[in-house]
Amino acid sequence: MYPFTFTKVSDTREALNAGRRGGRYIAGGTTLVDLMRETVERPESLVDISDLPLREVTVTERGGLRIGALVRMAEAAAHTKVRTTYPVVSEALELSASAQLRNMATIGGNIMQRTRCTYFRDVTAACNKREPGSGCAAREGYNRTHAILGTSDACVATHPSDAAVAFAALEATVNLMGPDGERSLPFADFLLRPGSTPDREQALRRGELITSVEIPAHPRPLKSGYLKVRDRQSYEFALTSAAVALHIRGGVIREAKIATGGVGTVPWKLPTVEQHLVGERPSARLWAQAAERAADGARPLAHNRFKIALLKRTVERQLRTVGGTK
Amino acid sequence: MSPQPQAAVGAPLSRVDGRLKVTGRATYAADHDIKGAVHAVVVDSTIARGRVTGIDTRAALALPGVLKVISHLNAPRLAYRDDPNLNNPPGRRLRVFQDDKVLFHGQPVAVVVATALETAQHAASLVKIGYDAQSPSTDMSGSDRTNEPATYARGDADGAIGSAAVRLEMAYRTARNHHNAMEPQATVARWDGDRLTLWDKTQWVLGTQNELASVFGLPPESVRVISPFVGGGFGTGVRTWPNVTVAALAAREVGRPVKLVLTRKQLYFAVGYRPVYEYGVRLGSDRRGRLTAMTHDVRAETSTYEDFTEAILVAGRMLYSMPHVSQTYRRVPLDVNTPTWMRGPGYANASFAIESALDELAHEIGVDPIELRRRNEPDDDESSGLPFSTRRLRDCYTTGAREFGWHRRNPKPRSTRDGDWLIGTGMATGVYDVLRSPAQARVRLDADGTALIESGTSDMGPGTYTSMTQVAADALGLTMRNVTFRLGDSRMPPTPPHGGSQTMGTVGSAVQDGCDTVRRQAIRLAVEDRESPLYGVDPDGIVVRAGRLHVKDNPVRGETYQRLLARNERTHLETLGSFQPGESRFSMYAYSATFAEVAVDASLGLVRVRRMLGVCDAGRIISPKLADSQALGGMVGGIGTALLEHTVTDHRDGRIVNANLADYLVPVNADIPDLRAIFIDGEDLEAAPIGVKGLGEVVHIGVAPAIANAVFHATGRRVRELPITAEALL
Repeated sequence: MYPFTFTKVSDTREALNAGRRGGRYIAGGTTLVDLMRETVERPESLVDISDLPLREVTVTERGGLRIGALVRMAEAAAHTKVRTTYPVVSEALELSASAQLRNMATIGGNIMQRTRCTYFRDVTAACNKREPGSGCAAREGYNRTHAILGTSDACVATHPSDAAVAFAALEATVNLMGPDGERSLPFADFLLRPGSTPDREQALRRGELITSVEIPAHPRPLKSGYLKVRDRQSYEFALTSAAVALHIRGGVIREAKIATGGVGTVPWKLPTVEQHLVGERPSARLWAQAAERAADGARPLAHNRFKIALLKRTVERQLRTVGGTK
Repeated sequence: MSPQPQAAVGAPLSRVDGRLKVTGRATYAADHDIKGAVHAVVVDSTIARGRVTGIDTRAALALPGVLKVISHLNAPRLAYRDDPNLNNPPGRRLRVFQDDKVLFHGQPVAVVVATALETAQHAASLVKIGYDAQSPSTDMSGSDRTNEPATYARGDADGAIGSAAVRLEMAYRTARNHHNAMEPQATVARWDGDRLTLWDKTQWVLGTQNELASVFGLPPESVRVISPFVGGGFGTGVRTWPNVTVAALAAREVGRPVKLVLTRKQLYFAVGYRPVYEYGVRLGSDRRGRLTAMTHDVRAETSTYEDFTEAILVAGRMLYSMPHVSQTYRRVPLDVNTPTWMRGPGYANASFAIESALDELAHEIGVDPIELRRRNEPDDDESSGLPFSTRRLRDCYTTGAREFGWHRRNPKPRSTRDGDWLIGTGMATGVYDVLRSPAQARVRLDADGTALIESGTSDMGPGTYTSMTQVAADALGLTMRNVTFRLGDSRMPPTPPHGGSQTMGTVGSAVQDGCDTVRRQAIRLAVEDRESPLYGVDPDGIVVRAGRLHVKDNPVRGETYQRLLARNERTHLETLGSFQPGESRFSMYAYSATFAEVAVDASLGLVRVRRMLGVCDAGRIISPKLADSQALGGMVGGIGTALLEHTVTDHRDGRIVNANLADYLVPVNADIPDLRAIFIDGEDLEAAPIGVKGLGEVVHIGVAPAIANAVFHATGRRVRELPITAEALL
């Protein structure tokens, strides 16, 4: 681990000042400290934001849900409003990591977490994300867990968060505060596809701080849930996952919100699948037909071709689980 | 058998060291805080083959607190004597910092010593190594180089298969597995003049003592190894790895005690592993499933510098009856570090191939898998012609089938469904040989009525402290609390390695021998002592209970050890107990039958073990509660091997890609279902005077094929490669 300074800030202004000077924000530390130990991350200055007043889950005036950036994963998952309104978020959180990690890690940190690509985490391997221009060891290496969607020549690493998949499905926004004021970004714009700059993972400006993740009000109640497929039953990242939220009234699907994880360089929204479902009546056939589109555009690598079939089946299964019918 | 009442042996007692462990007071190797100790961190090579061309230590040495960076450029030449007492494989063992050659990815190329651990870690990351790298060969499948094969043949297997009514040919493959014990390899090394003391994680203090003595050219008595607790081993501590030499060398070079703890990542290349196996089987049988012949074509990886072999062929020669057997075992030398023993060494891999093949034959000819095995049960060991000492495998099948509910099984694959889950059951046989090596234990009964037993063995988790205390307590006629058993010091009497399921049988027999002798000494003292109430009594008619000697049929007549020794002005009675195996006229093995029920979501490629039963013929069970733990642990390990564990090498440069516990998957609690173990009653006095055959391996062997066979029964899909992952089932 490289030496660093550590400052604890007590209010947002102090945090932003430190951030503007190049300080790296740290809250639960469950990703950053790991990566510092591996010398993947070498921040010179850490700014502990744990004491900032960003630990509330609130209902917005329009009826949306605002989850403070410092709300712990466990707290968010257990929150009554989250559980009842957006079970997909609770489930995604509870299927993440371990109980110990969920008690430490925050929502802001969760969506900021970095890829599990083993070449990224091994400083002796080529990695454009860690060291721009050094190449990508994963592309021709061992890539069973890597992405099939949203990849580029420079990077094929997945985004590891489950919660982010649920947020992407629900079209959440990320609220930010920076030296130049506050702004909001749609989730889809917050996390960046690798392109030729895989080292840039979020649309964050220097010193900008995540204050909350906001799920917009959905006037029509959604049935939702999260399915995570992985080799072992707990404490592992997804091979594939599906966040599905549906509004069905009068036997017809009125609204469909679907995103998948474990397959994309960012949480992967499936608009064509959503469009296929809206206006249709739930049926096993419909689920299968819609899911058939889930892997459109996939570019498999040597060891992850199976994810194409697995992704379709994951989406189909979760459509059935949420939408019903045998 | 002992004439003594067995009060402790056979009782389900808890670990005598349990409280120490759960309160954190058990001192594992790295817990030894030796005055003045400084910290060492190893720098690993980042190429798999080639030469070190330069080492830039300037940035590392510039850090305050860094004492020294040692590499081949400045390390002294070490003796590296050959020593026939070592259990290193044939070849030339890795000689740390003796030249510029790199033989595998992750080889130690330098070590940084600093006053603080964090400083040493940071400094190690600043050492820059220059290489002349060559393209490595690390993929066994892609290499046709092999070492001199081991072969075995009886009869004419090819001819018999050619004329058999039923012929099958299959190719199986098992992945490289790592032990992943909770405790990493760790050493504290201190020199006092020419004498070296090591606090070390090892499953064999005697082996580590001899290894370090031979490396440094010292007489063995100049090296002392202390290892009171081992946080899991599974075989990784049976051999002494280069890290111990690095610690001792660093301590000598900086003139201070040195602590060296390997990182989790380093445990994937600084120590051995279970090698990759390719195992080809051809078999012939008649229509009723009576085997006539089997061929075993085995390939395994080894390093370029050592030829590691293990007992991969034994089961194929003796487990089932057949006249014709042909075996070839080829090791493929690669630019990797040397493999080593891992739980159920050899046998576990052979069992996956053989037990899968038997299951395939059972399905092919429509015979129940248990019935098929019964039809091929041999009368004696057909590889040696010797009779079995004990072989209660039929009992394992009968008991297992009954307790598991095997008769309810619909033999047709893919016949049972529960929602999205296909349900299947499978079974497999396990076998492991009884290892017998000399062992000794010093027994001392003190005048206060307590006893101290010492033996240079180890307790990596099975509960040696507890089971030996049980044996000693009964043989001496003391309560558990009045007996102390100590282990893990090379000054104690010698034992074989704590591995291969041999500790209970060998050390246990030595403990029993010594305690019997001391008890008889006391009895003799009493019957010859005119002032003793036991004066003149036939010694064979005296037993000892709770520290009191008395006439067996007249408990009133007797006295305590304390009174006897005090009156005779004896401070203690003492002896050296021993176990010395003689030539045996018997074939000695432990056996098991494992039953598994799995659920497979074939659509999503998920396998979940629902329940498992292991039935073992391990001879006498000394400590039932610990035996149960052993069996459950063996099943958990087998679930890992079957479904999860897989060390991945990037063959482009030989690096281990998943050298951490997030990417190398071992089972978590959620993966472990209802597990149950049953031990078939009985002892084996040919195997050991204590009646034990050994348990730790045989409870693991057969677990993976039982699961694989259950997956076939559930889905109709035969997976011949471990681990069984989603892509094989989609």
